[in-house]
Amino acid sequence: MYGKGLLKGLGVTLKRFADTYLDDIKWMGKRYYTAEGLAHRSSKDAKGIFTVQYPEEKLPVPEEFRYVPFLVYDEGEDGEILNRCTACGICSKVCPPQCIWIERALDPKTQRPIQEPSQFIIDVDICMNCGLCAEFCPFDSIKMDHDYEIASYGRTVHHLDDLLKPASYYDEIRPVNSTREAAARKEAEEAKAAKKAAREAKAAARAAAKTD
Amino acid sequence: MTTLDFSRFGTSVAVDEREGYEGYLVSADKLVEFATALRDEYGYDYLSSVTGVDYIAEEKFEVVYHAYKTIGGAELVFKVQVARDKAEVPSLIDIYPGADFQEREAWDLLGIKFTGHPDLRRILLWEGFEGHPLRKDWQEAYYEEDIKPFKSRWPKAEYTRAEAQNPYGANVKYPDQFDPEKWVPEGEDALYGSLAKYETTDESGLKTDHLTVNLGPQHPSTHGVFRIAATLDGETIMNLKPVMGYLHRNHEKIGERNTYLQNMPFTDRLDYLSSLSNNFGYALAVEKLLNIEVPERAEYIRVIMAELTRIQNHLFAIGMFLNDLGAFFTPSLYAIEERELVLDIFEMVTGSRMMCNYFRFGGLARDLPAGSLQKIKDLVFDRLPRKTDEMDRFLSENEILRSRTVGQGYLSTEDAIKYASAGPVLRASGVPYDIRRAAPYSIYDRFDFNVAVRYNGDIYDRYIIRLDEIRESIKILQQAVEQIPEGEIQTGKPRYQMKVPAGEAYGRVEGPKGELGFYLVSDGKGNPYRYHVRAPSFINLTAFGPMCKGLKIADVVAVLGSIDIVLGETDR
Amino acid sequence: METKGLNSPGYEIPDDVKGAVAITTIDRIYNWGRRSSVWPLMFGLACCAIEMIATAAGRYDFSRFGMEVMRPSPRQADLMLVSGTVTKKMAPTIVRLYNQMPEPKYVVAMGACASGGGPFKEGYNVVSGVDKLIPVDVYIPGCPPTPQALINGLIKLQEKIDGQHWKDTRWYREGDLAAIPIPMLGPDLIYQEQIPAIKEASKEA
Repeated sequence: MYGKGLLKGLGVTLKRFADTYLDDIKWMGKRYYTAEGLAHRSSKDAKGIFTVQYPEEKLPVPEEFRYVPFLVYDEGEDGEILNRCTACGICSKVCPPQCIWIERALDPKTQRPIQEPSQFIIDVDICMNCGLCAEFCPFDSIKMDHDYEIASYGRTVHHLDDLLKPASYYDEIRPVNSTREAAARKEAEEAKAAKKAAREAKAAARAAAKTD
Repeated sequence: MTTLDFSRFGTSVAVDEREGYEGYLVSADKLVEFATALRDEYGYDYLSSVTGVDYIAEEKFEVVYHAYKTIGGAELVFKVQVARDKAEVPSLIDIYPGADFQEREAWDLLGIKFTGHPDLRRILLWEGFEGHPLRKDWQEAYYEEDIKPFKSRWPKAEYTRAEAQNPYGANVKYPDQFDPEKWVPEGEDALYGSLAKYETTDESGLKTDHLTVNLGPQHPSTHGVFRIAATLDGETIMNLKPVMGYLHRNHEKIGERNTYLQNMPFTDRLDYLSSLSNNFGYALAVEKLLNIEVPERAEYIRVIMAELTRIQNHLFAIGMFLNDLGAFFTPSLYAIEERELVLDIFEMVTGSRMMCNYFRFGGLARDLPAGSLQKIKDLVFDRLPRKTDEMDRFLSENEILRSRTVGQGYLSTEDAIKYASAGPVLRASGVPYDIRRAAPYSIYDRFDFNVAVRYNGDIYDRYIIRLDEIRESIKILQQAVEQIPEGEIQTGKPRYQMKVPAGEAYGRVEGPKGELGFYLVSDGKGNPYRYHVRAPSFINLTAFGPMCKGLKIADVVAVLGSIDIVLGETDR
Repeated sequence: METKGLNSPGYEIPDDVKGAVAITTIDRIYNWGRRSSVWPLMFGLACCAIEMIATAAGRYDFSRFGMEVMRPSPRQADLMLVSGTVTKKMAPTIVRLYNQMPEPKYVVAMGACASGGGPFKEGYNVVSGVDKLIPVDVYIPGCPPTPQALINGLIKLQEKIDGQHWKDTRWYREGDLAAIPIPMLGPDLIYQEQIPAIKEASKEA
């Protein structure tokens, strides 16, 4: 029969239309603006309208989500900023569009380069959010941010001040990664300490052997 | 590689004996004869890729051809070398019409002249552009250094904006005595000149002239910045030429400056709907050069990701195709809903919805995070099969859709092979050619699936085959998520800079759009010497003009939608 | 939709007429009308266009902001969402489209490429951001911006519209509405204002 296909298709549309209202009733007003409602609307069982009412409700971003890079700093005891970055330059070398500019700081007395950046510039309007810098940073310093609400009325270039964010923020947005990295750091430190201890013990033994 | 007996060509055909290279070197004067024999006697009926390499140190260009048999098997590579100052190679367009656009591209970007090509115009840039950018001695306006990383980034940050230093481009080479006020852009004339014109006079002496119509580059149905120039007789297409390059982002030039790893995120932006397939092809090519293996678990994750990519790409393609037919946005909305759920998985696993940058040489960037496998299972065992059936019910029998598409935009089996169409376009014309079967890569030989094939070669079949392929992908996924083992996901330590042995490699995968190939030449350094992408969206368009001949102008849009192009890949 | 600010003129309304009258300023109602019906041009350039489509589709649905009417014709559009890499080959078309849009018109540079050239900036066929061609109102970083980031940018645009004063807008002043000269495709992209410099340079050579 001509038109059967059309009717079948319209049936699908009608079902989808009805689904929204049925789901609304089933959730009794909790379908919107609740975390469970949002999770339901993004799950395999989602039916009907599944609009996220941004900005009132926001989709939770997964841990691995990456936007623009930022620099992690540890907080010292009196709140001072201990930048993890050593200005080694690996991130700027690995960056595919070359959007990271780093200047190594100089020791004010000796004028020799030290392990700290005096300038760190990321041209966000070149950055391709690929995350390679964060992947290859050996000091867990440069990381990818979750904050995507950074639209502005001008071009975006991030300098050192804009980039620095505390380690607590990083722990909060990427708990799994930061725990793993902290454990790895601790392990490396312990290994280093053990190595040092072993070396010292060896030296002591040798010294003891000599005196014998 | 199979060795064939080409002794009857004498010294004109020799085995390429350079270290790390394969295939045959053919002398330019025997090329046409060789290619004819290859097609008619040796069964290599499908010329997949044509590209050029600029060996500037040896003062020569090399044109590289990759040919296959559509019954399956490994590729045959043959090459022609010509002197750099007299870069002329006979065109193979008469034997393999699919070489058309690729030869034009090689002319545009490398300046290799293909004698006998009927329409050798620039294809990605515009007529009148100065120079051929992929030549090794050509420098662009923002040229900084030959290779990355650039020295100005570290340890002294010399931050400047490139455009601030180039008022009109210090490296732009204007011809001698160039007077911008007297400049007449010639591109349009060349284009319209290439379209066959007609003029008829009827009995009463009334003259009828052709009508030229442009669709695009800003047109809602051209899937981005694509342009179609057509001559019409009333509403009937007499001749049609696609015009592209409006999104030519110089992928290959940038790729030759990048390190191998740096190219990985750039491949995401080729076919931006299916970034993980692009990652796959590129990783395969580099792994071939490096000669490294991929751990079992990583192979499974790769397959899972690639098949999810295919599903979401086809969903999007169907949605947009229905948009083009005039079913404005309802089918798209339904398709995009499912796509969003797949993208959620991508975001969870790779960190980004579209630009995944997930594959590494010898493995993956990271393992599947906790909970993601369950999400994938939810989709492939429950939601996606259900929703694919719903899509089928929703559209496939719709009389309006059928009357617009059945029998329209016909591409015969012979033509599909001849024009080097790939992917769903080829398979909808009755050629069961799928690289996952024809030359299995990764672990595709372990899965039980059918190669989707349809035989009518019309728009409807190109639509329905995408649904078939979604179903086959779901089948593969169901097997893969069940079989996936625990284990490592990376061979060796991930490195950001590596030396790659000199040689060439061609990695190809069955992308959602068709055969996606990466041709790499390494000179032993940290950056590819030549980096070429065999882009299915680009080459599938070769058949677009012939397919549209005789159709009404409104159907052109439907044909284009059924080819499913993505401009990022078409123009690169 | 936000109408909170609409009925608050900034001074006390007597209690006996509260709820019976609506008092507002011309600016507020004028801007409210405009910000609630920003029609984007159906114009996609590259990767970001896919995210723009995703934003227009069911899940993020920017019709909640009165933006669902995507116009394929620039003559009916208020907003040009530049979603992707601006290439030199495309540049003349973009300027032409912008010139064809009626005032008041806005431009949002979506993503890194449109804002500042993006990862492809170094390429020979890429313009370093659409602001080299036409004035841009809002820049949205990201490659590509997620749909939520795009909506965030569009809200920024609405805020900008809110802040406009009808007397100061350029489309009610005389003489400010000259069309932008269309660049030319020569040996490279030639901006009209560069022509004297290029002539000078070629004379020296």
